[in-house]
Amino acid sequence: MQTYDLEADGLRGLNAALHAQTSETNQTQWEIVNPRGSHAIAVGLDAPIEVNVKGSTGYYCGGMNKQATVHVHGSAGPGVAENMMSGTVVIDGDASQYAGATGNGGTLVIKGNASSRCGISMKGIDIVVHGNVGHMSAFMGQSGNMVVCGDAGEALGDSIYEARLFVRGSVKSLGADCVEKEMRPEHIELLRDLLDRGGCDAKPEEFKRYGSARQLYNFKVDNAY
Amino acid sequence: MCGIVGLFLKDKALEPQLGAMLTDMLITMTDRGPDSAGIAIYGEGTPGVSKVTVQSENPDQDFVDLADKVKALVGGPVSLTRRDTHAVLGVPAGKAEELRKQLKEVAPTVRVMSFGDTLEIYKEVGLPKDVAARFDIASMAGTHGIGHTRMATESAVTTMGAHPFNTGSDQCLVHNGSLSNHNSLRRKLNREGIHIETMNDSEVAAAYLTWKMQNGATLGEALENSLDDLDGFFNFVVGTKDGFGVVRDPIACKPAVMAETDQYVAFGSEYRALVNLPGIDGARVWEPEPATVYFWRHGETTTPNKKAA
Repeated sequence: MQTYDLEADGLRGLNAALHAQTSETNQTQWEIVNPRGSHAIAVGLDAPIEVNVKGSTGYYCGGMNKQATVHVHGSAGPGVAENMMSGTVVIDGDASQYAGATGNGGTLVIKGNASSRCGISMKGIDIVVHGNVGHMSAFMGQSGNMVVCGDAGEALGDSIYEARLFVRGSVKSLGADCVEKEMRPEHIELLRDLLDRGGCDAKPEEFKRYGSARQLYNFKVDNAY
Repeated sequence: MCGIVGLFLKDKALEPQLGAMLTDMLITMTDRGPDSAGIAIYGEGTPGVSKVTVQSENPDQDFVDLADKVKALVGGPVSLTRRDTHAVLGVPAGKAEELRKQLKEVAPTVRVMSFGDTLEIYKEVGLPKDVAARFDIASMAGTHGIGHTRMATESAVTTMGAHPFNTGSDQCLVHNGSLSNHNSLRRKLNREGIHIETMNDSEVAAAYLTWKMQNGATLGEALENSLDDLDGFFNFVVGTKDGFGVVRDPIACKPAVMAETDQYVAFGSEYRALVNLPGIDGARVWEPEPATVYFWRHGETTTPNKKAA
């Protein structure tokens, strides 16, 4: 296992070392100590490696991730796993605003709560939150799945396209064009897999599904001010 | 962008280290606000004495006979303790606000940074580490304090445009964000007789809270009212003689992290600001909720008050 002391050796050296890994690398296990809330830890990775961050991170941890597994043993600042393409990012604690924003693929697991704008403009990422999500989550979500085992804040799924939202607890309010939808057997199966990948012991039958009413796709004069 | 740090001590044993802890936190927020920095510190008061912290561009010249001039103005004993471009004037209790209004008459180039019984504000243009070193903030003791690193958007990069702002006795405010209705609110507050020194949007927020409290609101109530009356983006951290409050606007796009232990309550724009605090690994760390007022007072336990939508 490779251990990297971020405080002693600096961020650029860390990301350069992680970017140097290829799919054939034998250095597959990395441990980052003393993250101390630093920004941009383990961003832009593109190799099947596992990176364990031993503490809390600042802005944009795990951003643009491909293939790699990034596990934060603490909480994450704004924009964690932003624009992730594939791979897995796991946050043991809470995540700040716009976690998983614009994510194209991969899985983001947040074991605590996520704050506002979680999954904003999600484009294919799967996001599993064990706790609650804040206001404007999945705003303009285009594709992918968001699972919230706790409650959702105001304006969930505002202006949503085709992302699927599963919430076990309460939803403070639904955003424009976001509606509750029926849970069909295929959704139960999909959710079972998502919960399994997210390490949740919740039952899929306890969730409600939300998605687009598809009323904002085309211009309607009635929607104009 | 701007950086905010705040520290409200519960454990008296930490009080001698308040300035050192705040300085360390402030410097971590340098890249959020490298143009100016300031610290409000609630130190020890002296019975019968109020403090007026003043600043001058020419302190060697202006501070020489300032105590005598002030004495002639307010009467009674007046002390002056200089720290770089700032000086703390000790005046008879109850004379501080009067002095704030009248100082210009006897010393037109001296500006008032703060007034109150325990509050002192030090702020200047420059990197946070340089500003903190000029005033030797690290040597200061106190019960609570707030710091700000500024990246200006709404008004000029000057000493007077730096935070914290003080608009009422022992009150101070720092702000990360930008207000869009500050001009109309400034005019309204001026009509109400509230003194506002600059064209800065954040000072209007401070003056707004002062006005609310002058009309009988508690700091917590004033902060709740600010959610209705202030338009724009804001994280406010505010101090009073014995209290410490936090509020974020309903959109909450400006970052904020808080930590609480048996020894302290701390605020940082980012977690980086909190990492050197004692016992941070065991602290309760959370992101303050949007449109929710958090408030602590010495000797009280307080729970956050969610503003009804």
